Amino acid sequence: MTRPTVDLRPTTQPPRAPSRPITSLLVRPQVIALVAVLLVNWALFPGFFTITWQDGRLFGSLIDVLNRGAPVAILAIGMTAVIATKGVDLSVGAVMAISGAVAAVLVTSGVAAPVAVLVALGTGLLCGLWNGILVTVLDIQPIIATLVLMVAGRGLAQLVTEGYIVTFSDPLLIFIGTGSFLGLPMPVIIALVLMVAATLIVRRTALGLLIEAVGVNRSAARFAGLSANALLLIVYTFAGFCAAIAGLIVAGDIRGADANNAGLWLELDAILAVVIGGTSLMGGRFSIPMAVLGAMIIQAMNTGILISGFSPEFNLVVKSAVIIVILVLQSPLSARLLRRLPGTPK
Amino acid sequence: MKIFNTLALGAGLAGLLMSAAYAEGLQGKVIGFSQIGSESGWRAAETSVTKAVAAERGIDLKFADAQQKQENQIKAIRGFIAQGVDAILVAPVVATGWEEVLTEAKEANIPVVLLDRGIEAPEDLYLTSVASDQVKEGRVAGEWLVGAVGDKQCNVVELQGTVGSSPAINRKQGFEEALAGKANLTITRSQTGDFTRSKGKEVMEGFIKAEDGGKNICAVYAHNDDMAVGAIQAIKDAGLKPGTDILVVSIDAVPDIFAAMVAGEANATVELTPNMAGPAFDALDAYLNAGTAPEKFIITESRLYTPADDPQGEYDRRKGLGY
Repeated sequence: MTRPTVDLRPTTQPPRAPSRPITSLLVRPQVIALVAVLLVNWALFPGFFTITWQDGRLFGSLIDVLNRGAPVAILAIGMTAVIATKGVDLSVGAVMAISGAVAAVLVTSGVAAPVAVLVALGTGLLCGLWNGILVTVLDIQPIIATLVLMVAGRGLAQLVTEGYIVTFSDPLLIFIGTGSFLGLPMPVIIALVLMVAATLIVRRTALGLLIEAVGVNRSAARFAGLSANALLLIVYTFAGFCAAIAGLIVAGDIRGADANNAGLWLELDAILAVVIGGTSLMGGRFSIPMAVLGAMIIQAMNTGILISGFSPEFNLVVKSAVIIVILVLQSPLSARLLRRLPGTPK
Repeated sequence: MKIFNTLALGAGLAGLLMSAAYAEGLQGKVIGFSQIGSESGWRAAETSVTKAVAAERGIDLKFADAQQKQENQIKAIRGFIAQGVDAILVAPVVATGWEEVLTEAKEANIPVVLLDRGIEAPEDLYLTSVASDQVKEGRVAGEWLVGAVGDKQCNVVELQGTVGSSPAINRKQGFEEALAGKANLTITRSQTGDFTRSKGKEVMEGFIKAEDGGKNICAVYAHNDDMAVGAIQAIKDAGLKPGTDILVVSIDAVPDIFAAMVAGEANATVELTPNMAGPAFDALDAYLNAGTAPEKFIITESRLYTPADDPQGEYDRRKGLGY
């Protein structure tokens, strides 16, 4: 849909309106899907939308969806940028485990918590930079380049923790995972801030356009005078940074670094969130807020399954059925069918 | 000389601690141990306990880590046979494909003891297998809860292990057996927490929301301690007191659940003992020295621990085992 194709047919389309009305944002398939999933949850469990104030924070299933969805949303923010360059980062789950492990081991060995957090974030940056170097300098296909760290990274995390679940009682790390600010859980605040900041940076500068250009055609972008390699390095490093933040949240949440399980398979949820958000794996046009929305759809489904009382054997079946429906709604075929419906502008 | 004294002292202590009859039994014997790997804390504890028990008995233990690969285990067993060891311990990574190498061990007249997991092979290919009874573990947990609750009405929520895994199936079955016929105890919700802390916490959060802020939950049963630790945090986040408002019972007996017991936040755990080697060495001792063949399936004790069993002491004792 964003490939630079030339349409030879005469076009009668009017020039696009300078700004889209807000209603067009609300009738996107992602928003419809999220609302539908939330309504199903509400039907299964009438108290789903009930939010109460307890111990100085908001408390309710809807808050759980936001809170539990935050790590995947944060991963999806970084993943969107990578996928927009026609790449993919499979290592983010393992990087989460590494960052959590580094922070936990440092605080338990007496390092000040802010330093531990900074070192953990730095480790994430380094992991991302490593991926970026493999993709740019060595020109390895992203899926293979990041597969290296996906496999080895979990091993690295296990080396750092020596195979134990390293538990800690440091207030700062625990605050990152379970604290609250203005009544909202910290992970939600972090995800929101990151989403707004990343969106502003890519949309208020040319960066977003450059990322899309590299994603559509890396060689063409380079010939157009764009430093594609530098851009790719930045994008992969950013994905590593996002993964490190998510890793800190997950570790803080259980007050321990579980190298075996932290972030396990979350890279797949993050990719799914990006795809549900409408960003094509072929690169090009992307939307960070939509990817975050995708992460919330996934989590709303997970939370719904938990409170529905279905037996756990159905979890994955229900999840895949819903995802298939969402992807079919987004497919070019259904877009064409929608256009044929009477009453919609041709 | 000093080393010899230490060894003798160790062997003497082992004799006192274990069973006087076996004090000299396996002294100086060479035993090969093919371990799966170190994929979990329990596995690491099993390795360190096996090494410690072997040292206490004066056994020369040859240790081989297979890193989750059967081919490595088969290589290790062939290596043990070539070295002419007195016996072989194997914690098999998979259930099938053992006939050939076990036949080689049998032809070399080396007894093989299986640890922790069973295999699909003719029973005459190995001396015995030492394992826990997962159904019994669930039953012990359930029986504790039945006793603790008495005649009160009690809604139980269950955190299952990974869907389809044998501990999840068996621990669920055993717990349900213990609760069968008790009209006041019902399992109202059951979901998988994948044996992990974070999923245990997330699932428990959902349960609490769905059961009127946790007021309708009287106990949580977790298929392993890690999920229980996660659930305890979820209960605290909801403003309830784990251990009092909601009883917590789980399985495995890892150090962190004892730390929770010390804090009054967990009520009971059933031990999956990492000491599979102890009963294995007992069986080998009887077989090598007295020629008595042991039972084909040795079931380890599924011991119940509650806050009355010195949780602080248990925590300290287990902390160094590699969990």
